[in-house]
Amino acid sequence: MLSFAAQNVLLGASLLGVIGGILGAFALLRRQSLIGDALAHTALPGVCLGYLLTGSKTPAPLLLGAMVAGVLGSLFILGVVRSSRVSEDSAIGIVLSVFFGFGIVLLTHIQRLPFGNQSGLDKFLFGQAATLLPRDIAIMAVLGGGALLCIFLLYKEFKVLTFDREYAASLGFHVRGLEILLTLLIVVVVVIGLQTVGVVLIIATLITPAAAARQWTDRFGGVLLLSGAIGGASGSFGALVSASVDRVPTGPAIVLASSAVLVASLLFAPGRGLLWTQIAHRRVTRRIQRENLLKDLYRWGERHGNDWSQLVSWPDLMGERGATGGAMSRTRQQAKQRGWIDSSAGGARLTGAGLRVARSIVRRHRLWELYLTQRLELPDDHVHRDAEDMEHVLDDALVERIDQLLGHPETDPHGQMIPRPAGEAA
Amino acid sequence: MSDPLETQRSASAPAVEVHDLTVAYGTQPVLWDVDLELPEGKLIAVVGPNGAGKSTLLKAILGLVEPITGWVKVFGESYEKRRSWVGYVPQRESVDWDFPTNALDVVTMGVYGQLGWFRRPSRAHRETALECLEKVGIADLAKRQISRLSGGQQQRVFLARALAQNARLYFMDEPFAGVDATTERAILSLLQGLRESGRTVVAVHHDLQTVAEYFDDVVLLNARLVANGPIETTFNTENLQRTYGGKLTVLTQATEALLAQRRPG
Repeated sequence: MLSFAAQNVLLGASLLGVIGGILGAFALLRRQSLIGDALAHTALPGVCLGYLLTGSKTPAPLLLGAMVAGVLGSLFILGVVRSSRVSEDSAIGIVLSVFFGFGIVLLTHIQRLPFGNQSGLDKFLFGQAATLLPRDIAIMAVLGGGALLCIFLLYKEFKVLTFDREYAASLGFHVRGLEILLTLLIVVVVVIGLQTVGVVLIIATLITPAAAARQWTDRFGGVLLLSGAIGGASGSFGALVSASVDRVPTGPAIVLASSAVLVASLLFAPGRGLLWTQIAHRRVTRRIQRENLLKDLYRWGERHGNDWSQLVSWPDLMGERGATGGAMSRTRQQAKQRGWIDSSAGGARLTGAGLRVARSIVRRHRLWELYLTQRLELPDDHVHRDAEDMEHVLDDALVERIDQLLGHPETDPHGQMIPRPAGEAA
Repeated sequence: MSDPLETQRSASAPAVEVHDLTVAYGTQPVLWDVDLELPEGKLIAVVGPNGAGKSTLLKAILGLVEPITGWVKVFGESYEKRRSWVGYVPQRESVDWDFPTNALDVVTMGVYGQLGWFRRPSRAHRETALECLEKVGIADLAKRQISRLSGGQQQRVFLARALAQNARLYFMDEPFAGVDATTERAILSLLQGLRESGRTVVAVHHDLQTVAEYFDDVVLLNARLVANGPIETTFNTENLQRTYGGKLTVLTQATEALLAQRRPG
């Protein structure tokens, strides 16, 4: 059973994770990932000024200061981009360094004041979730709930803004206002995250879950929900780890958890994951190698009086396209497993099934070559390479349409026979 | 959903009236003193060399860029008042096609304007969107992620989105750019269908060879308005030479002269 304090941390960290994840998805899709980082850093001077003006260590005035500074910082970024030639990333860099530098100056000043070193302001730099109190959670819940409500109400507006800003404007939506609101909601995430993960790591609660979520879904709402879920889960996981393992700080634990999800997503997500694309690439490569082996065997037989019963020696086959021994032996294995070839140490020959497959590959290749020369009027000597690529991707229906278009031709541009599908009379 | 064609026609007002429009990006004037009237119920091409301000003209009419001087009227009223009568097809390259959404979703955005703030699209709106996808011939791709559409299909999605706006006047930024021959024919017959139902289409067009075949009217633009009117009277060699010929317009010649004067020696 978790202690009361640990329950607070758990609640706060999950809340931050969910809201950061959802708003981070907007930032990611609008290609403004770094704006959150700048706004987090602008919070520091706000916190310091809040302390200097009120002398209070309670979070309310400090967070209020952070929010004011964040709003100023975001308006500054949006204003600079709009009214000058400074690009957005430069504006973000300028705001980040100027505000943060000023914040560090103030922090140093405060720590030199009598009792200043007890102000505990440095916890805002790296976060100190253990100090979260129920009243902090209440502030977080109110702010976060407000942010979520905004997104719920303006979901459609934010969506069209994110996809196509000018079109949204042409429909009559106040895109400028929507942009400012979305940026202010990121300030809200910053304020919520200050005590838990701190200025430096807030960017991770925004971007990491969003980047991970994008890997798994192609739906806008899906990215938002999944990003919020990954953020929330990472938040609770980080809180639980730091509660049960001594001396593990909560903020970094949250960031490590979401980063682990991100790495896994980048590697394993179907469709977009690195592993998946590698496998897909390898599958295509191997299929092409197999089909090429069949084609080479077919052409060898063609050159020897249309007799495919002879064994073709390996050196002869490898000479056809300079295949390496390793690739060739794997390709041979796979073709054999499919029952396409008989092979032995001496060489290989097509089986009946293999001959049928080979025939259709050669047919695709030669029809496509003919199509290129006749319809697109490419010279004969330019079409072979194109056809090499296309023969592996054309499907049967398309091949038959090309055949029909060309009037069921007998020979390709180089004068070679175009084989017919088995069963049809030549 | 009210059909904008059913609403009372402002008989005398042209579809678009542009007066004394000047637009600059920074210190670079892009459009210079453009006066223009576009008739209703026609297919109108906006033609001119690169950087002539064709897209900018569209955006200025749509209120997307702020003009330095001049005003625009749409069916005799300000654009803000007539917004619901106007549909827009931006350049295909203007968005990130890797955005997580499908074709139907993008087309549904076409009804967002009618919905106004806060209201969500209903099932009926999604059915409207599907019908629009059907009109452009890709209803079967409704659920496909937009990055897995071909260039021509993406262009059709943008057109379907504009159809969902059910507008009376359409602005299209290069609807024929980078599409295959089949799509080009499909888009053309779509535009002709819009004209038959009394709608007006103003399209930026790059292919000079097809201007006369596809369009009724032409706007020849090169920062200034060169000529504007029916193809038969306007789209001739002389006007084309004035639009494209001699890369130096009066404006750049003047700038050159100014710079030469300042140069020592």
